[in-house]
Amino acid sequence: MDFGGVNPVLLLASLMVAATPIMLAAIGELVVERAGVLNLGVEGMMIVGSVLGFVAATGTDSAWVGFVVAALGGAGMAVLFGVLTQFFLSNQVATGLALTLFGLGLASLMGQGYLGIKAPSFPDWHIPVLGDIPVIGPIVFQHDPMVYVGLGIVAGVWWFLNRTRGGLILRAVGENHEAAHGLGYSVRRVRMLAIMFGGACAGLGGAYLSIVRVPTYAEGLTAGAGWIALAIVVFASWRPGRLLLGAYLFGGVTVLQLNLQAAGVAIPVEYLSMSPYIATILVLVIMSAGGAPGSLGKTFHASR
Amino acid sequence: MLSLEKRPQPSRTWTLASPIVAVLLTMIAGAGLFAALGQDPIEALTKIFYEPLFGEFSFFYLPQLLIKGAPLVAIALGLSIGFRAGIWNIGAEGQYIIGALCGAGVALALYPSEARWLVFPAMLLAGALGGFAWAMIPGLLRVRFGTNEILVSLMLVYVAEQLLASMALGLMRNPDGQGFPGSRNMARMDAATSWIDQSNGMHWGVVIALIGVIFVYVLFAKHILGFQIKLAGQAPRAAAFSGVNPARLVLFCLGASGALAGLAGLTEVAGPSGIVSIDFNVGYGFTAIIVAFLGRLHPVGILLAGTLMALTYIGGDVAQSSLGLPGAAIQVFQGMLLFFLLAVDVLTNYRVRLRERGAA
Repeated sequence: MDFGGVNPVLLLASLMVAATPIMLAAIGELVVERAGVLNLGVEGMMIVGSVLGFVAATGTDSAWVGFVVAALGGAGMAVLFGVLTQFFLSNQVATGLALTLFGLGLASLMGQGYLGIKAPSFPDWHIPVLGDIPVIGPIVFQHDPMVYVGLGIVAGVWWFLNRTRGGLILRAVGENHEAAHGLGYSVRRVRMLAIMFGGACAGLGGAYLSIVRVPTYAEGLTAGAGWIALAIVVFASWRPGRLLLGAYLFGGVTVLQLNLQAAGVAIPVEYLSMSPYIATILVLVIMSAGGAPGSLGKTFHASR
Repeated sequence: MLSLEKRPQPSRTWTLASPIVAVLLTMIAGAGLFAALGQDPIEALTKIFYEPLFGEFSFFYLPQLLIKGAPLVAIALGLSIGFRAGIWNIGAEGQYIIGALCGAGVALALYPSEARWLVFPAMLLAGALGGFAWAMIPGLLRVRFGTNEILVSLMLVYVAEQLLASMALGLMRNPDGQGFPGSRNMARMDAATSWIDQSNGMHWGVVIALIGVIFVYVLFAKHILGFQIKLAGQAPRAAAFSGVNPARLVLFCLGASGALAGLAGLTEVAGPSGIVSIDFNVGYGFTAIIVAFLGRLHPVGILLAGTLMALTYIGGDVAQSSLGLPGAAIQVFQGMLLFFLLAVDVLTNYRVRLRERGAA
């Protein structure tokens, strides 16, 4: 079952792995944006998460500790953004960019002693029975646990947003913060919590890159994954189900181009490497229909 | 309990004071960072901010100020036009690369022509057009399809970096270079060099940055388009009612910033860098975002902010070679500067009032 040196089963299986970091970062940002906040610092939070997670994982020889530390680190970065935008009422676009620039610097500072070291192993689960199904088993049921944690988070976010009171409040804050404030909800508290959740997810996504996907630390490891996550939120029209589709679509492009590179197709490597970014632009063009939360990106100040 | 009260108009005092306060706060926080890295904070700050200007080797560092400051100022000027209108071009790094590639392409295609009157103007034109065209992609997509220009312009940075790699290793590689990556050295071609006086750091990029300052100043002080840009940023609805054409505005803001970034890239690649290499770009396009905000989106402010930011680059190099301070520490320092600026800026638009709990 080979097509020009590319095995479709392996391709689909690695697609799920390739999609996971972006899916994690994107689902966090989706919640943030549904609360009406645009955090352009995803790339910065991701790369800080990738370093912190890697340092913690190699230090304790446990990938799980790495993921927890990365989530905390991402949330910590997000608090910085939250305090500035929610309490100092700074412009969200500018603050998000600052977070990314700061994060990139911080990550390369912290990661200096860790270049080229290998991450502790993070074995795949071989889910009994399901993993033994031919074709579907290797594609869906033989991955490392974080792939399923990611899927779980997406499902959890869908449930929270659409089926709980808390989700309703969060959406109200995002659609119209004046009205939500008038109803007595604390816009700031809701948004701070959402921002921290977004940061934790971005941190997890970053750590997945450094611990599982690569699995070593390298400078500029995220290579725009955080920005692609932002694009996928737009693609998803701010809906978790479509986000899953977007992440897998993107994972597919990434894996396909990597496989074509490895198979030695007669297209120069550089042109294959730019394909995920071009695909993202195309996706943005096709999917630039509305659906954005009403208060997205606007500063909220409760005047008396 | 402290509360914020919106000012009817932004405070002029704080508009001018907040960058200065932010720089001071960043120095304090930076001192903490350097101490955490095991350096003597005072010595590190001296190396960064004093040594290049007044130290023993300042004759060597002062020209560097022009070399590093020029692209920062030119790019930040372009960005400031769009930022004022709420049009966020954050892909200047890509426009910078494409401008450099187009200009270098002309220079290398015409090599070994000696006709400077032809080669250099053609390079300038190609550089500006290259940056312009690259910025038109997010511009046209936004105007035609409503696509988010922030994400598209940023994605194009990664595309441009891959193109650069492809060019440096392939099409533009020096045929006499014994297989090493990188193009012929344009700084050594009399017809193509952007140097005016290399020993003083003077090159055409500096001239373009200064012309840009005047151009942007006149745009905002005297021209109707500058007024419309400010209006669109501050009151989009009012701008729409007064007949401002939003599509034209988007294209102008992105096009102007792309052209400036392209020119900055071209003058860099034909002068200080000299060759098209994989990593000739060092992130000026991103640092320029900080410069634009630190300069209050005002051309004169950007000139000052660009000089200061160039100083942190040079001082960072000094501290790296003499104290072993990691290069990334300066990047963190620059990022902190923008954070502090954004935080202090709350005082420009809001008044802090002391309010007794429950009194209101």
